[in-house]
Amino acid sequence: MRDVPGLPSRRTFLKASAASAAIAGIAAVPAKAEQKPEPVALTEYKPDCLTPSEWAFVMAAVARLIPSDGEGPGAIEARVPVFIDKQLAGDYGRAADWYMQGPHDAAASPLRGWQTPLNPLQIYQQAIPFFDAWCKTTHGKIFAELDAETQDKALTSLQKDEMKIAPELRDFFTILLANTKEGYFADPMYGGNHGMEAWKYIGFPGARGSYKEWVLKHNKPYPLGPVSISGERA
Amino acid sequence: MARTEKKKDVVIVGLGWTGSILGMELAQDGLEIVALERGHDQDTVPNFQYPNMIDELKYGVRLGMMQKPHNSTVTIRRDVNETALPYRSLGSFLPGIGVGGAGTHWNGLNWRPQLSEYRLRSYVEERWGAGIIPEDMQIQDYPVTYDELEPFFDRFEHVAGISGMAGNVKGKIIEGGNPFEAPRSREYPMPAMPTTWDGAKFAEAARAAGCHPFPSPGGIASQAYVNEYGMQMGPCNHCGFCERYGCYNYSKSSPQTAILDALKRKPNFEYRTQADVLRVEMAADGKTATGVTYYDYKTGEEVFQPADLVILAAYQLHNVHLMLLSGIGQPYDPATGEGVTGRNYAYQMNGGYTLFFKDEHFNPFIGTGANGMSIDDFGMDNIDFGREGFIGGAYWRSGQTNGQPIRSMSLPKGSPSWGAGWKQAVGEWYGHSMNIGSHGSHMSYRGNFLDLDPTYKDPLGRPLMRMTFNWNPNDIRMTQFMKSKMEPIAASMNPTSMQEGFKKEGAMYDVRPYQTTHNVGGSVMGADPKTSAVNRYLQAWDKHNIFVLGAGAFPQNTQYNPTGMVGGLAYWAAHAIRTDYLRNPRPLV
Repeated sequence: MRDVPGLPSRRTFLKASAASAAIAGIAAVPAKAEQKPEPVALTEYKPDCLTPSEWAFVMAAVARLIPSDGEGPGAIEARVPVFIDKQLAGDYGRAADWYMQGPHDAAASPLRGWQTPLNPLQIYQQAIPFFDAWCKTTHGKIFAELDAETQDKALTSLQKDEMKIAPELRDFFTILLANTKEGYFADPMYGGNHGMEAWKYIGFPGARGSYKEWVLKHNKPYPLGPVSISGERA
Repeated sequence: MARTEKKKDVVIVGLGWTGSILGMELAQDGLEIVALERGHDQDTVPNFQYPNMIDELKYGVRLGMMQKPHNSTVTIRRDVNETALPYRSLGSFLPGIGVGGAGTHWNGLNWRPQLSEYRLRSYVEERWGAGIIPEDMQIQDYPVTYDELEPFFDRFEHVAGISGMAGNVKGKIIEGGNPFEAPRSREYPMPAMPTTWDGAKFAEAARAAGCHPFPSPGGIASQAYVNEYGMQMGPCNHCGFCERYGCYNYSKSSPQTAILDALKRKPNFEYRTQADVLRVEMAADGKTATGVTYYDYKTGEEVFQPADLVILAAYQLHNVHLMLLSGIGQPYDPATGEGVTGRNYAYQMNGGYTLFFKDEHFNPFIGTGANGMSIDDFGMDNIDFGREGFIGGAYWRSGQTNGQPIRSMSLPKGSPSWGAGWKQAVGEWYGHSMNIGSHGSHMSYRGNFLDLDPTYKDPLGRPLMRMTFNWNPNDIRMTQFMKSKMEPIAASMNPTSMQEGFKKEGAMYDVRPYQTTHNVGGSVMGADPKTSAVNRYLQAWDKHNIFVLGAGAFPQNTQYNPTGMVGGLAYWAAHAIRTDYLRNPRPLV
């Protein structure tokens, strides 16, 4: 079942199946509402693991890493901070899958991969106060209180490690940026990519997963918008 | 604390491609078989079902189908003077976990090595003399010829369900196929898959440059297919989620789609999951194995599984690890050059160009793991090693495998990595680029090897295996040669811009970016027990009832993805066991 203009869509098909199932007296999963209720505003969101100051930092930082101005959603519209909070509260934040036994050589060449004894959540927890203190000394205020232009300067300094962060924390900018992009482009069920706006912006159809008829339509833009794993469409 | 299970005729360690093949073949002789899989059970339904499987974050980024370093990993150092450090989070290579192993999450690219590769040392010495072989290079001949292996390559391709177009059937060159492939006895079981726009563009440019493009061969079903075991595949819908994912569509070759349901119906076959083999146990005389001891995660106890025949069918790294832990073969020592287990670890030397076309639409999400068009004009058989100054070769391919935006987001050089400029660049360039890849051989060297780490242990108390590995000048010269040949072909396509990604002189092994899960060697097959761990039938030289399957047998890496060779060798070994070893168990060589 493919969503081709003029033909029954997958959703219509699901609704029809549900209806026939109901008629046949079989319990059926009700069709999803067309409009999901708007989630809680980011200012009202209760983080799973980030403290208020960490939340304020993440909100401010992702707003500069993927800003709202210009075409396409920013990280704030995509609700990236929610994604980061939930990831850090879960297996990823705890490095549950990783080999974390010592001895550790955090100062080893970066080519040798993750060698800090800290997990990603601990890196956020320790690097944010360090970076905020540096911002205060260097620019007069903590990161979240700086103006956008100064924030960009500060993030550039962090990316270039101008403040000589401890080797245990040196992957902070790398994971912050990676997590921000993950939250922008991951399926919306993880809390970011709200409304699949990031997918719409670049033209990724999400979980459609069926393109047989399109393989040989060379050099023609694909016409359909995205669907999510939970069945949202945009 | 140790429990002993009822004796079996055969115990198989690992239930991926080679474990499934050996299980299926030996089950036909009525043997009582148990396969032990350290990971979980998994099948197309429910584990790979649509839509939950096609989740880039869970499987593509957080690596949901891969082994957890927490439970099992290696340490890595670039040379013997460095302290090895654990490979704590996965990057460069991604071994799988669970039933089906890496055979569930591969891309499906399936090849047979070229003729020169089976007898590489002899081939080089005959043509150019031993003098062109660098002093520390340890390349060797396979102890088996292509002609001997051909029926078994053919068998694997027909079990796995490979789509492709033959270029050489019994010596007859077929227009449109690969004219440089070793002669095959018949066509592929299924016609080639159609290619996306990137592959079509590359093929046109390659043809104009005098090369010979052909559709990439792969374990992706181009039509409905039933194999000799009655297993069925359905035609692929190009969903763009092959590598790192299980196939929800029964379209990608895997132990699940090609073998396992048929094998599970055999009353004399049993498999146990969460059974992590700790060591192979030996008879008092040390000449044979008596079975294996495994840790049962379900009951938390050690279990001894007696068996007459032990098949090591885990991933290459784990087979070698088990051999080192169990005393199978003398461990390799690079200082003396003596010992065989862990010797000749090798990898793969890849590179490529990314081309940007502002006004063209590639729809990168339309893809398969084995998509596109390839050329073999720069394969090993076609290169004058003496003139070019290296030993090796590569096949090239252009064919998008996925458009998953977290990981597959090529931006032109100079694009900012964040901020307004990054956001603008992803909007401008997503879907407007393509790649040409060079997939190159990697030779074996005195200094690249595997042994046991003196410091780090896994949760069950086993020392981790230690990998000593770095890039070598020969293979860098090979990949730089590929760059020099690819650059004009890529430029002839008139892209808006293009950028290269080839390793340069002095490159050090970086464990962070994904490179390839083509780890080979360490349990090398050969004709001489001084330089190989197993004989031509993959039988351990020093313990005749142990057979070691998989890419560990490669004396050096070929220029191709290894699965075709791994599958062919598995059928070759199974045939020797069934027709010769079982009626008279002994060293076969």
